[in-house]
Amino acid sequence: MKDIKIHVNDLSLYYGEKKALKEISMQIPANKVTALIGPSGCGKSTFLRCINRMNDLIPSVRITGEMLVEGIDIYDKNVDVVNIRKKIGMVFQKSNPFPKSIYENIAYGPKINGLKDKTQLDEIVEVSLRQAAIWDEVKDRLGDSALGLSGGQQQRLCIARTLAVSPDIILMDEPASALDPISTSKIEELVHQLKEQYTIIIVTHNMQQAARTSDHTAFFYMGELIEMGKTNTIFTKPLQKQTEDYITGRFG
Amino acid sequence: MDKVNIELENQFFSSEKKGSDIKGKFFVGVTQLAVFIIIAVLFIILGIIVYQGRAKFSWEFISSFPTNGMTEGGILPALIGTFILVIVMSIAAVPFGTITAIYLTEYASENSKFAAAVRFSVRTLAVVPSIIFGLFGLGFFIQFLGAGVDTAFNGGELRWGQPNILWASLTMSLLTLPVIIVSVEEALKTIPRELREASLALGATKWQTIKQVVLPGSVSGIMTGTILAVSRGAGEVAPILFTGAAYYLATLPGSLSDQFMNLGYHIYIMSTQSSDVEKTMPIQFATTLVLLLLTLSLNLVAVVIRSRIRRRAK
Amino acid sequence: MNSQFPVNPSFTKESLKKQFRLSEFLAEKIISSVAFLSIAIIFLIFIFVFKESLPLFSFGSDAKAKTEIQGTAKPESYGGTTTEELKPESYGSEPVSNADLKPETYGSDPVSTEDLKPETYGDVKAETPETTATETPEAVSENNEGADKTWSTFFTTEWVPVSENPRFGLIGLLIGTLKVTVIAMLIAGPLAILAALYTSCFASKRAKEIIKPIIEMLAAFPSVVIGFFALMVLATFFQSIFGYESRLNAFIGGVAMALAAIPIIYTISEDALSAVPKTFTEASLALGASKWQTAFFVTLPAATPGIFAALLLGVGRVFGETMIALMATGNAALLSSNPFESVRTFAATIGSEMAETVFGETHYSVLFFIGSLLFIFSFALNAVAEFYVKGKLIKKFQGK
Repeated sequence: MKDIKIHVNDLSLYYGEKKALKEISMQIPANKVTALIGPSGCGKSTFLRCINRMNDLIPSVRITGEMLVEGIDIYDKNVDVVNIRKKIGMVFQKSNPFPKSIYENIAYGPKINGLKDKTQLDEIVEVSLRQAAIWDEVKDRLGDSALGLSGGQQQRLCIARTLAVSPDIILMDEPASALDPISTSKIEELVHQLKEQYTIIIVTHNMQQAARTSDHTAFFYMGELIEMGKTNTIFTKPLQKQTEDYITGRFG
Repeated sequence: MDKVNIELENQFFSSEKKGSDIKGKFFVGVTQLAVFIIIAVLFIILGIIVYQGRAKFSWEFISSFPTNGMTEGGILPALIGTFILVIVMSIAAVPFGTITAIYLTEYASENSKFAAAVRFSVRTLAVVPSIIFGLFGLGFFIQFLGAGVDTAFNGGELRWGQPNILWASLTMSLLTLPVIIVSVEEALKTIPRELREASLALGATKWQTIKQVVLPGSVSGIMTGTILAVSRGAGEVAPILFTGAAYYLATLPGSLSDQFMNLGYHIYIMSTQSSDVEKTMPIQFATTLVLLLLTLSLNLVAVVIRSRIRRRAK
Repeated sequence: MNSQFPVNPSFTKESLKKQFRLSEFLAEKIISSVAFLSIAIIFLIFIFVFKESLPLFSFGSDAKAKTEIQGTAKPESYGGTTTEELKPESYGSEPVSNADLKPETYGSDPVSTEDLKPETYGDVKAETPETTATETPEAVSENNEGADKTWSTFFTTEWVPVSENPRFGLIGLLIGTLKVTVIAMLIAGPLAILAALYTSCFASKRAKEIIKPIIEMLAAFPSVVIGFFALMVLATFFQSIFGYESRLNAFIGGVAMALAAIPIIYTISEDALSAVPKTFTEASLALGASKWQTAFFVTLPAATPGIFAALLLGVGRVFGETMIALMATGNAALLSSNPFESVRTFAATIGSEMAETVFGETHYSVLFFIGSLLFIFSFALNAVAEFYVKGKLIKKFQGK
């Protein structure tokens, strides 16, 4: 029980009438990397956005079932969505730094939490950037616009920005899909280091990436969770025919 | 007509060059002619006003008072009056319009009846004839608010219950409100969803996100709206006819409860009620030139900023 | 807080409990209330413009009854200062209430108030003229005459507001307004729509990028500038061509107003034409229709509702245009079908005469009444353009 961070019980999601996620039940272990794979449109990203309630932003979305994070149902009426998102960070597919300086990007989260102390902010910025393995590249130009960074650097900056609010869980939505191979490997390496401290859930359509980075893998297809297990098992001897077909490249 | 068409063809005509179809050529020609007429008329107006107005147009004209019963001298008080008018107007209209735009883009849910009513009201404001704003200013600001203030605080002494620059500016701000709302709304919509999501995912609240991410990104939109509103407010005359504009004042307005002179009103008065319309013709043209330069250049600036915003959105 | 780093605060019911954030709450409330102001303004405009024309509707003793009712009812809702109390004070120089004013202004003619009243003001049936007549016979009959007289003159053609026996014939003004509107729309409509058609269907992308902003620049011309141009240049120019008598007339006004209406009609039509789905035009082109055939027989009909809306808003612009009407139409309420005669429009009447009226007198109220009519008309035009046209468009493109 202690090792399981998130329990999902019978979670379904509707876009208006359309059922986009069908009775998903899964358990996501703590301090491990869990990969969500599947063909595009299978619901893996939608599911990821359920975990920090980003889907709340879409008015037509309705969710049933339970999403227990450390035993607390985050869809409970008494739970504050803003506080949820402070605990569950998110890195998006397209790097989306604010059009501010590098420093301000990192300090954004702590600042909106009311932190004003300059030395503490400086410290958080440095530690976060170091954790995201980008400190050496940007330490001399913290005041420059974040938009001047390369795509890979921007994405690592976004990871650092997420780390700065010290979340428990980090959700990554195809974080390397728009990056070149070198940047991708840097991100993957980073994911590997971060799992010591964080529970990471990563959506990817790149099977090699899932195999390289994750401890557990869940395969989604048509809004359903087909199979979940240790990454090794999923990639070597999947239980379901559909999983095998997908992994061997027969569709998707 | 033929000549016109040929000229236009060289200028604008790009495709459909096969042109064996005479009927088609004729139809397209007619539409080209319409474009040509409109643009030609526009430049003719501009040209004549520049040509007729240039004689009197000088720094001295802009920087001096009218003299000799407004048959000589400059337009300084009208220029300053217009200036104060648009400033007070912007102070009232810009926050109001910006906040309404924020409501419409950030807070209103898609199917909200209230938001639909706000949208409809804004569009209605945009089509209400400007003279109606003048009537409203008279009935509401002067007779109701102003007279009310006088009774309550001035012991009935007439101060605010009469036309003045404050009421004229507020009346004008209602008229220009839709201009600002539309511009700001457009700018807010160009802020990418990803940025809002990034902020929210970091645990920012909605208002924090708006304040820190959305608003800073739409400063240029707010500027465009303000400039367009100023351009509009500087040129409108009907709303201030009976809410504060004065025929002639020997001094500049010293407080918001004073009346003021106004460029557009000055043109109207000089061209229709001057003692010697013939003699003051150069003054009238020069004043018109000043007003036209003012509104057109402001508009041009707004168009440039706006096209930059649009390009960024792509 | 998150001051120490790295801190991994655990998930607890407390730390995740729903928080009340005052700034968040206030921001939302303030923003929605400001947005509400837009709606309120529309109501206020109607109420206050209409309110000033109210004396026209207070037939006879109803006027008194009404002021009495308001006098007692208002202090509660308005917290002490009622407008009725304010007016006499602020205009201390003439301590005359509206009801008192009228008998002085108007003569005699006790006609059909009884017939009129139930139709227009059914809500005040309680105060029938018969009952009040017994109380104050003279005043009532005189009051009746005043208001009624004003009403009966509305449907005449003479506009003589300042005289011993003022007449407020709206028909003449209506005809003047319509004349100018028709002339302006006959010029602006075709020109603007054809130009929009060229811009959206035939022009190259580069030409479009030049043409559109230039034509829209016309919208930045203040109406007083257009009016001035019409007065100084157009009037002389057209007189030398056509040789008519009155220099300023409906035609000149119409031409000038067309200039004001063109950018509106053009912009909205162009949007409507550009919004026609590509699939429509591509289908037509694929069937072998040429570009112009597609434009005229596919794109144009598909955009009809939008173009209709554009024309409606153009009409609204011309109908309420004040400065151009003031400066270029000659301002004489003549009844004639000749477009080269001077006319007087509703808006110009308000613009030119409001400054000369005395607060509270009938002339003042009549001008506000005309204002109410203009407002209702523009409101209705906009509502039709908005709802009817939108519905049609949706039907057309989605087949619902």
